[in-house]
Amino acid sequence: MDSSNRTNGAQERPIIQVRDMTCAYGDFVVVRDVNFDVRRGEVFVVLGGSGCGKSTVLKHVIGLNQPVKGRVFLDGEDFTAASERERLRLIRRFGVMYQSGALFGSMTLLENVRLPLEEFTNLPQEAMDFVANMKLSLVGLEGAANRMPAELSGGMQKRAAIARAMALDPDILFLDEPSAGLDPVTSAGLDELILSLSRNMGITFVIVTHELPSIMAIADRIIMLDKDAKTIVAEGDPRELKEHSDNPVVRQFFNRQADRAA
Amino acid sequence: MSNASTIEFSTAQGPAGSLTATFTGVLDADGAGRVWTRAVEAVRAGSGEVSLDVGGLSEIDGVGLGLLVALKAIQAEKGATLAIHGLPSALQTVIDRYDAAKLAELQKPRQQDRAGFVVRAGRFGWEVMRAAKGVISFVGECCIALVYAVLHPWSIRFKDLARQCELVGANGLGIIVLIGFLMGLILAFQTAITLIRFGAQAFVPNMLGLAMVREMGPLVTAILLAGRSGSAFAAEIGTMKVNDEINALVTMGLAPMRFLVTPKILAAMIMTPLLTLFFDLFSFVGGAVVMLSLDYPLESYAHRLFNNVSMTDFIGGLIKALVFSLLVAGVGCLQGLNTRNGAGAVGESTTAAVVGGIVLIAVADGLFAVIYYALGI
Repeated sequence: MDSSNRTNGAQERPIIQVRDMTCAYGDFVVVRDVNFDVRRGEVFVVLGGSGCGKSTVLKHVIGLNQPVKGRVFLDGEDFTAASERERLRLIRRFGVMYQSGALFGSMTLLENVRLPLEEFTNLPQEAMDFVANMKLSLVGLEGAANRMPAELSGGMQKRAAIARAMALDPDILFLDEPSAGLDPVTSAGLDELILSLSRNMGITFVIVTHELPSIMAIADRIIMLDKDAKTIVAEGDPRELKEHSDNPVVRQFFNRQADRAA
Repeated sequence: MSNASTIEFSTAQGPAGSLTATFTGVLDADGAGRVWTRAVEAVRAGSGEVSLDVGGLSEIDGVGLGLLVALKAIQAEKGATLAIHGLPSALQTVIDRYDAAKLAELQKPRQQDRAGFVVRAGRFGWEVMRAAKGVISFVGECCIALVYAVLHPWSIRFKDLARQCELVGANGLGIIVLIGFLMGLILAFQTAITLIRFGAQAFVPNMLGLAMVREMGPLVTAILLAGRSGSAFAAEIGTMKVNDEINALVTMGLAPMRFLVTPKILAAMIMTPLLTLFFDLFSFVGGAVVMLSLDYPLESYAHRLFNNVSMTDFIGGLIKALVFSLLVAGVGCLQGLNTRNGAGAVGESTTAAVVGGIVLIAVADGLFAVIYYALGI
């Protein structure tokens, strides 16, 4: 039985491997030759200042955009070179929460969460409702199942979007700016939710964010991108990087210092 | 979720109404889908404790866990318990996180509030009243804004006005010319076929001139305006509303009426009569093509056509075009401002703008027919 556990040995293959990935829009190179691994079951955070290409890297890893060069492996399988058929199978392995939630405005929350179940499983109606309600209760929204996304606050929309991303029990959840624009209390609640899903269900999280408190609370490992270097400038445990990084850009970020006019 | 996944579900009755159920195989979304109904019914039918043995499962996923929670919820509803054996403790923790009783509650069909006839009629009436109130206040604000613009011409944002004139007029000229030409051609051709049997094709230009200048020109131009510009007004203002841009204008002290609506309505009112002129002109060209092909001299065509159209007909047609344009632009802006939240809302208000515009054109055209008849125009 696959009670995925985060204490699995280091010999295990990383769930995501990114190799020499270069992302560009036309002639404009956003990041060059990026390499990183995401281990099974960890909370992995991609961070960096505005405009450094965090979201771009995410879009390339989940296959919305094709990298100019390099490869992305999902659980050992080449995702960038996958045929349409393989790609459709692989994308079932992960769920994505978009920055604005991207809930379908014409459907209630329950219908939003139920949609992937309707399309990809043969569950009876009653079962789909039950599973969708379970996902919503997991994010604390069981009472709001029949409301429309437009009637909800930003934080509730984000939590509902996480519930939808989890509908098909993905191994990996990608979250784009989960706590941006949320109040500290809601944001802390979201952090707790992420941690508990990671610890109890063994879900791997890849999170794009630049919210420092949240990074410190949840991240097992981080990579930090930089706009000028166009690549990864730091990798590792955020708590260690904050204290001991020898890169001034990294220290500046973690200690929240403004650019000095030199 | 391979096709080879197998799932077995079996039950055995125990003493005092208790039930022992066993799952073996792969309880993933596929497997759970196959045994869900059977398992739920079996547990629902039982009256006592249920003991669930899942030790024989080789794999389980979230949907499979969902089935276990669903069975637990059924038991919770009956006030009985469900004991699960053979589940790894990590997964047992996951299951315990769910409030089974609460989930069972959610599963019950909701009470639809079935409103009686009186209530529904009342709600409908209230909606109509509210919509009417909205229209009246919009018309009032519109009048104030337009009168203000006329009295203080320098308050008009001429850059916006010029831009709207370009969008409404210049960019729409192509389709107006095309439709005008085709309308003239078709109308002349259809009447000529009939009249030629009586040797009366000489009357085609008489008919064409009157029909186009008095009726078709303003009507078709206005309908094209509703499709091209009324919809664009509603979509633009509606998108601004959804993006909070309207609120931004208000808090900056800029009235949306003056800032957004006035330039659009003025542009439509300036350009539509001009577009109507082009429509008329090119319909005459279309008619001329037909008449020339029937060997009818161009001089007599023009002579008969223009002699039969009086200045009153011409001005009357342009006044109609002016009024139609006011209605179309007004309803476009009104629907844009009434846009509710969400992506679908902009689509709704665009549709409402076009439909509303065309209905208003038809109603106004009927009124014009009565008024012109009474005035003897």
